[in-house]
Amino acid sequence: MATPIIRLENLVKVYKIGETEVRALRGISYEVEAGEFLAIMGASGSGKSTLMNIIGCLDRPTSGRYFLEGEKVSTFDRDKLARIRNQKIGFVFQTFNLLPRTTALENVELPLLYSSHIHSKQRVEMALQALESVGLKDRAYHKTNQLSGGEQQRVAIARALLNNPTLILADEPTGNLDTKTSLEIINIFSRLNQEKRITMVMVTHEPDIACFARKRIYIRDGEIIKEESNGEGCEESAGKESRP
Amino acid sequence: MNIMRTSRVALRALGRNKMRSFLTALGIIIGVGAVISMVSIGEGAKQGVEDRFASMGTNLLFVSPGSRSRGGVHSGFGGFNTLKPEDAVAIEQQCDAVQYTSPSVSTRAQTVYGNKNWNTSIQGTGAMYPEVRNWPVEQGTYFDESQVRTAAKVCVLGSEVKKSLFEDEDAIGQIVRVKSIPFRVIGVLKSKGESGGWFNRDDMMTVPYTTVMKRLTGQEYISSIDISAVSATRTEEAQTQIEELLRIRHRIAPGADDDFQVRNMAEIAEGAAQATQIMTILLGSIASISLLVGGIGIMNIMLVSVTERIREIGIRMAVGAQQKDILLQFLTEAVVLSVLGGLIGVLFGVGLSKLLVYVKTFSQFKTAVSPGAIILAFVFAASVGIFFGFYPARKASRLDPIEALRYE
Repeated sequence: MATPIIRLENLVKVYKIGETEVRALRGISYEVEAGEFLAIMGASGSGKSTLMNIIGCLDRPTSGRYFLEGEKVSTFDRDKLARIRNQKIGFVFQTFNLLPRTTALENVELPLLYSSHIHSKQRVEMALQALESVGLKDRAYHKTNQLSGGEQQRVAIARALLNNPTLILADEPTGNLDTKTSLEIINIFSRLNQEKRITMVMVTHEPDIACFARKRIYIRDGEIIKEESNGEGCEESAGKESRP
Repeated sequence: MNIMRTSRVALRALGRNKMRSFLTALGIIIGVGAVISMVSIGEGAKQGVEDRFASMGTNLLFVSPGSRSRGGVHSGFGGFNTLKPEDAVAIEQQCDAVQYTSPSVSTRAQTVYGNKNWNTSIQGTGAMYPEVRNWPVEQGTYFDESQVRTAAKVCVLGSEVKKSLFEDEDAIGQIVRVKSIPFRVIGVLKSKGESGGWFNRDDMMTVPYTTVMKRLTGQEYISSIDISAVSATRTEEAQTQIEELLRIRHRIAPGADDDFQVRNMAEIAEGAAQATQIMTILLGSIASISLLVGGIGIMNIMLVSVTERIREIGIRMAVGAQQKDILLQFLTEAVVLSVLGGLIGVLFGVGLSKLLVYVKTFSQFKTAVSPGAIILAFVFAASVGIFFGFYPARKASRLDPIEALRYE
């Protein structure tokens, strides 16, 4: 159990835009233990999205190494990365990213379409179960565009849960939601983290949302500049809800 | 992802845009339908031609006078009268691959019965004409050798002439006048039916060829000889024998041109069949172009569809779709479109070919829907889908997941 779920060693990412090189990440080293709830904070352009993409196996670092559950995924090719995303990672996006004009159920079962040997009956069952765990079972056959923002994000969470991921990555999950719905969503995350021991990594720039995480790292210019844990630095934020 | 699952995803995606999917498939529907109906018109024409020749007898040969040169001047075919009735007799007796011969002369004249008259073709033939031409007598009898020898004033009517002169009345035993000469009707030929084209083969009457030569035209030569070989397979053999015999009889020096010409029905039939075959190919290839245009329509719509659904592709990639999954999904959509279009097109084409028979202009053509054309058109449609679907599908599968997710 000593192996951390995420181990980043000196990650560097360089983008080439025309002639100029942009160094989005300048050597990030960090470890995330299993069952952790981590928030990544930083201004836009700080490199946090790039970091998320690499952690989410959507992108590969220019140099440095990334181990996910001990596997060195930084050298995997596109198809192997797709496999990892399918099996181990659940995504929740700011813009929900659900298929339009498609029922909630079909959206939720999407990851299973790409993992082999599951019967359609079993697939529907699992999808319904996931929807139930976010309290949306009665909305299963509604089209996504008939759902409210909060409901859409809960569908996205159900989708992320479907393959029993070890890691859920949330990119500004409350960015498009009002305060009340944001709290609902963040509470679902906390519950999943505590009850199912799913590791959560969340990018946000709302400090009161970040305070729900047990650990927070701050990124600026592609480097980690500060790390906080538990209630550190959260005293004055309006956290009336119970914090983990 | 297996094929079943992929096709279900593809069908669902196509169902989301029903009108567009239908219009795209319409290109293929029209293409396949056009290929099938055009080819079936061609095939029908070919079969019609073949049937017509078969009804004349495939073991049939014709000898006609050829060109003869005198002092280096060639006359055209039939320019000289070189065939005599004796040639016909000699051929029948001396060529063992020949079954029957019937000398042939013809003229046109007004025929009169009571207060009705009809201008028709008078064919002078031998007694074996019905056998040679595979044309049975329906009523009464044909004239025999002795009637031919004596140039008897008897005639056998074609069904059209019978109808024109006698209507429903019984013609056998009645007297028909041709150029004031009374002919007794002894038989009526079976109807060959409308042959399509320019003339009606039932609009004629036959009399002994000797009668035409002595009583009607006064000519000494016959215009051609109809010959039947013992069997269709020995037609070519019969042709060689006839040619050899006639060269001897007409005293043609070795190396000199024949003064006659032998043609067999198989040759003529083949020529005609080839001509209609060319028509079929021509019609088919013109129709194929519309199938190609349909394919380009599919490619166009698939490209639009990929661009529209970049976000969806990104989502699918994020949850674990591999490149081949995306490729397969879009390829399947294209193939489903073209295969469904192909299926409807087959029905459309078959229906159209059946309907064409009722259109006045085409009524003389029979249409024959050939299974070969159906299979060909269908396979062609499916491959058009694969071919034109591949590029958009590959484009989709090569998208970068991060950019695809961010695409607005």
